[in-house]
Amino acid sequence: MPPREGTYGLLAEFDTPGELIRAARQARLDGWRRLDCYTPYPVEEVAEAIGFHRNKVPLVTLVGGLMGLVAMFLLETWISVWAYPLNIGGRPTYSWPAFIVPAYEWTILFAGLSAAFGMLALNGLPALYHPLFNAPNFRNGATTDKFFLCLEALDPKFDLVKSRAYLESFKPVSVVEVEY
Amino acid sequence: MKDNHQLEKRIDPATGEYRVIAPGQTFRSVTEKITRIVLTPRTPLGWFALFGVGGALATMLLVALTWLFLIGIGIWGVQQPVAWGFAIINFVWWIGIGHAGTLISAILLLFKQSWRNSINRFAEAMTIFAVVCAGLFPLIHLGRPWLGYWLFPYPSTMTVWPQFRSPLMWDVFAVSTYATISVVFWYIGMVPDFGTMRDRAESKIAQYFYGLCSLGWRGSARHWMRYETASLLLAGLATPLVLSVHTVISFDFAVAVLPGWHTTIFPPYFVAGAIYSGFAMVLTLAIPLRKFYHLEALVTERHIDNMGKVMLATGFIVAYGYAMEVFMAWYSASHWEAFMMWNRMFGPMGWSYWVLVTCNLVIPLTTLWSRKLRTSIAFMFFISIVVNTGMWFERFVIVVTSLYRDFLPSAWGTYRATRWDYMTYVGTLGLFTFLFLLFVRFLPMIPMSEIRMMLPGAKITPKKAAETGD
Repeated sequence: MPPREGTYGLLAEFDTPGELIRAARQARLDGWRRLDCYTPYPVEEVAEAIGFHRNKVPLVTLVGGLMGLVAMFLLETWISVWAYPLNIGGRPTYSWPAFIVPAYEWTILFAGLSAAFGMLALNGLPALYHPLFNAPNFRNGATTDKFFLCLEALDPKFDLVKSRAYLESFKPVSVVEVEY
Repeated sequence: MKDNHQLEKRIDPATGEYRVIAPGQTFRSVTEKITRIVLTPRTPLGWFALFGVGGALATMLLVALTWLFLIGIGIWGVQQPVAWGFAIINFVWWIGIGHAGTLISAILLLFKQSWRNSINRFAEAMTIFAVVCAGLFPLIHLGRPWLGYWLFPYPSTMTVWPQFRSPLMWDVFAVSTYATISVVFWYIGMVPDFGTMRDRAESKIAQYFYGLCSLGWRGSARHWMRYETASLLLAGLATPLVLSVHTVISFDFAVAVLPGWHTTIFPPYFVAGAIYSGFAMVLTLAIPLRKFYHLEALVTERHIDNMGKVMLATGFIVAYGYAMEVFMAWYSASHWEAFMMWNRMFGPMGWSYWVLVTCNLVIPLTTLWSRKLRTSIAFMFFISIVVNTGMWFERFVIVVTSLYRDFLPSAWGTYRATRWDYMTYVGTLGLFTFLFLLFVRFLPMIPMSEIRMMLPGAKITPKKAAETGD
């Protein structure tokens, strides 16, 4: 469990994505692991700079899609062959080509819902409260036009004074201490 | 000299790429432009006027539906032999309109057509509201709509189950999946923008509302990566979905053994027609919106031009479909097919075929070649109305003229829509306007996070990023 009081981390604000990438890459090289960047739009290079290359969303989507496919096909087969067999123009009760269409739709339905909700779950959202919202400059910038690097207090290298000086070396607009 | 200047206007010097949005925009200016429309306490008078009209028409829809539920399907013009009238025409028309929204948001995303970023949000909203209107029609056409849930497979006390070999059953799954995935895709796309709205809102209520909707979005780099993956996956899933939905709808017709319906050209020709009418509807909405809300810098002439090109291409696929129908009527050597085609063109309802040919082929396919006309806003608005009309008549022709004179002349009849048919149709136009205006007023209609990616400020010079340390 993370501590619920004290310092969450140090937040450095930058004006351009380029400066943020440079700082984040250097911090990662210098051994920082508990760090994150905040941008108003997706910047792929930033995620790479902090060493985040892969995510599990595709796997969740694949599993969801396969579940939908199997579930619908089995449901159709069970209904048409065992639960409620009907003679439709003499066609076999197990008319698998006709079953493909609803099974196909459910593959997409389950895969899509898994992708959306899986992404939210992996991101830990919804989370209406987050310590970063306490930073005075965060809310005006992170969702509009500013770029942030946050070194978190949970990192073993974290030291309030030294880390602040370290962040200042990247010439950010400001460095702010964020509290829980 | 003049050419050079023209080129400079079109190419962005900062990126060396074709300009999609007007020059001189920054992250903040774009954000403010879009959020101001929603967060302003003052609603424009014109909005109220249109909202009143939409609301009145939606009320008329309620009246028509109430009467329908009290009396029954008999108040409509449907009869033997034309048992599928306005309800099915409107269903296919509306769902077709929805398809352009998915095309713009999903297929153009996969093709990396970044110009779509300006228009995808309201095109998706259009999809959802069109699906709402479309879904209504088969439901009220059931006769006993309160038993509509019988369509779903559930363990009932009657131990009765649905019949999965019917295309009508496939429709249930195709359309319900389409509605669900469209809503999810739309909402997920809005989450980061809700974050922006939350942070820019001044009133407490707006902060709470957008705060809840944003799910606590804070723009973390890890979140963005998963978010981008999920968006791409959703786009990849929505693409085969949108193609399958109109294919399944065309199966409703094509699986029937009826001249005029029983044809293999239907799936591709329905999908192309859907996109054709959908882009027309996007133009019908985008042209007044950009003018009214002064969004000319974000939805530029280039967007209008590109949509004209897509319409030209899909229009020709539709033309091929019409040509194939005529060709097969002759080539099949089937007496019934040939008569159906002759009757469709020159029978008592032949006028509808010629309206369709004029609106879908003659006017758009001769004029959309010209760049000058494609970039003329007034002309494109006119074309969009023409194509919307033409595509409605296409469905009218398919449904009515295939049915009203069938195999035995003694069984021939005609079709005449009643005032309730018209009230229901116009009512759904009102409902669509009503919902769309609510969307424009309360939700960000242009995706800000995606627009930001296209701005010159988002360009990262590799050299600068690579310099490490001091």
